[in-house]
Amino acid sequence: MKVSLLSRLLANYPYVAAFILFAIGIYGVIASSNLLRKLLGISIMESAIFLMFIASGNITGRGVPIVDAAKESVGYVNPLPQALILTGIVVGVSTTAFALALLVKLHKYYGTLDARIIYDKREADKH
Amino acid sequence: MKDYILKRVVILLLPLMQVFGLYVIFHGHLSPGGGFAGGMIVGLGLVCYAAVYGMEKGTDKVPDRAATLIESFGTLWYGAVGLVGVFKGTLFLSNKATGVPMGQPAALLSGGWILVITLGVGIKVASTIVTLFYALTEEEES
Amino acid sequence: MVKRVLYALVVILLCYIGLVTVAEFPPYGEEGNPVHNYVSERYIGEAVEDTGVINMVTAIVLDYRAYDTLIETTVLFTATIAVLITLKTGKKNGKEEEVS
Repeated sequence: MKVSLLSRLLANYPYVAAFILFAIGIYGVIASSNLLRKLLGISIMESAIFLMFIASGNITGRGVPIVDAAKESVGYVNPLPQALILTGIVVGVSTTAFALALLVKLHKYYGTLDARIIYDKREADKH
Repeated sequence: MKDYILKRVVILLLPLMQVFGLYVIFHGHLSPGGGFAGGMIVGLGLVCYAAVYGMEKGTDKVPDRAATLIESFGTLWYGAVGLVGVFKGTLFLSNKATGVPMGQPAALLSGGWILVITLGVGIKVASTIVTLFYALTEEEES
Repeated sequence: MVKRVLYALVVILLCYIGLVTVAEFPPYGEEGNPVHNYVSERYIGEAVEDTGVINMVTAIVLDYRAYDTLIETTVLFTATIAVLITLKTGKKNGKEEEVS
């Protein structure tokens, strides 16, 4: 049973790579107290999901989805996941831009970007 | 970020970046790329120039008022192209049914309204990147 | 140091669960996957006649599903407005402007 799990994992190698990237992103979010590093971890997780989506639309042996007279016999790759991820990339850019604006305001107000120090200052401000 | 080597290299690379970005925008329907990727290349060229040479020279080339204005009219351009279909009697955002000449499939002027929409989206994304950069690096002046 | 080991253990556990899930996916790159259905076949077969462009991804994004791209430009516009509202407040060095 162990052998068949390993051989199935080796056959699906892009999905394994995407999930390892996702795990690296999650480690970046939970293991550091700097807010900028957490934001970078979120961005890495988004890239991992895009990789998994686009890799699922591939057919081995076929070519780029641009219509060409010489490639009619070979066939084309599925173009639909690529079109959907184009929208997703732009939404990711917008979210990262707004998060960076919030980080700039936090730094101006508290003087630091460390999550624990900001939390302690807010607790001290309440009392 | 004002350094001698950076200034000389950026002033040599900037025209190549702009021409390549415009190539990707204009050939969006013939080769991979399209409006979003080409617009980002053009916008990042201007950001590179403003980061190396200082914000005064950057805002001389592209004033932040002009960037905000162009970015606000990008969605209106797309909506206006879509309303052409409504005025001619078919659905909103239709391409072949409005009667626009289609051309040969592999030429530059083909595809009806797709070239116009690609240009609008490219300019909009470029001005978005420039506006975001100017807003995020304010340096304590309003 | 103990915290770092704890975080690494959590991530390795997550990795194991994820890898067992990924092994159950349909095999990579085969023709009979559920992803390739009749929608993709119609888009591949009739893109050149319906739209006149030879790039299929552009034909999908800007002709068959042009409404989604319109809403996406609105999303870009909203993000820029949100950033400008957050960062441009009219104060110089943290003091309010005098309105006389």
